Amino acid sequence: MAKFNKKKDGDLPAVSTASLPDIVFMLLFFFMTVTTMKDSSLMVENTLPNASEIKKLEKKDRVIYIYVGKPTSQYQKVFGSEPKIQLNDKFASVSEIGDFILQERAKKPQELQNVLTTALKVDKEANMGLISDIKQELRKVNALKVNYTTYEGDAFRNLQ
Amino acid sequence: MADIAFLLLIFFLVTTTIETDAGLDRMLPPIEPPDTDVIIRQKNIFTVNINKNGQLLVEEQLMDLKDLREAAIAFLDNGADGSCAYCKGRRDESSSDNPTKAIISLKNDRETRYGTYITVQNELVGAYNDLRNREAQRLFGRDFTDMEAQYLNPETPSGIRDDLKEKVAKIQELFPQKLSEAETSSSTN
Repeated sequence: MAKFNKKKDGDLPAVSTASLPDIVFMLLFFFMTVTTMKDSSLMVENTLPNASEIKKLEKKDRVIYIYVGKPTSQYQKVFGSEPKIQLNDKFASVSEIGDFILQERAKKPQELQNVLTTALKVDKEANMGLISDIKQELRKVNALKVNYTTYEGDAFRNLQ
Repeated sequence: MADIAFLLLIFFLVTTTIETDAGLDRMLPPIEPPDTDVIIRQKNIFTVNINKNGQLLVEEQLMDLKDLREAAIAFLDNGADGSCAYCKGRRDESSSDNPTKAIISLKNDRETRYGTYITVQNELVGAYNDLRNREAQRLFGRDFTDMEAQYLNPETPSGIRDDLKEKVAKIQELFPQKLSEAETSSSTN
């Protein structure tokens, strides 16, 4: 019975690595799909209002974002619960908006500097007083094209 | 395994959409006042006031938000002086002369909620869009909002774009969007 050699104890068969590239690719694809390019993390609550007569904001390179809303719970201890403005990654006061817009505008290529849109992403619980101040600042730096970013939906849902 | 990976890849490719923001486009008025004072007759101005509780005062009368769009359309489409051939309004003498002269003036309190403000803006823009759609249907057989969206879409071929540009401009000329926003009042009452 020489044909049937008894296996020796402790001799484990090697794990097949043939499928490893596939697994790696799968992971790669997974992460590729779930990743979204985010410029700044939100530090304010940002439940946008609904509107039905909306236009799409094409061409992201022509948009400057301003976020307004209550600071999120982790920042509320430091910054309070009144709506605040977020520019890039930090809270800002109304007077800083003008400089921010000019800075952002200077970063863009020359031919786009006149066609920039300011997207106001404002929480629907915010007060208009702050928004009016922002609009006034925008007018001062001649950034007249604004877009009140909203979700698509029935506008009357905002009233609840 | 490779087949499964490809299957997953295709699945994600199909289901993911690159998110685009959307919203209400508005132009702010320039900060320097115009050189010449334009005299606007009171009847050509449609005043909308929002107070801090979100109530509407339209032309000095309390109005429900749901009726605003209709009231704005009636005002814009009025055409009292008879110079507007395409208007279908009642030609009420006490309301606007011509859509090109009609101005909607929006005022809000500092304590108005942003959500309410957007709803009002939405209804006013909706009033313009309804009228523009009506004229676009009459002249070109399709909706204005549809044409404008196609015109603004960067993927539209330039030949179609040029054609649309003219049509869009023509409709905008018929009903120019004159929505003025005064500085906010801070009345305490």
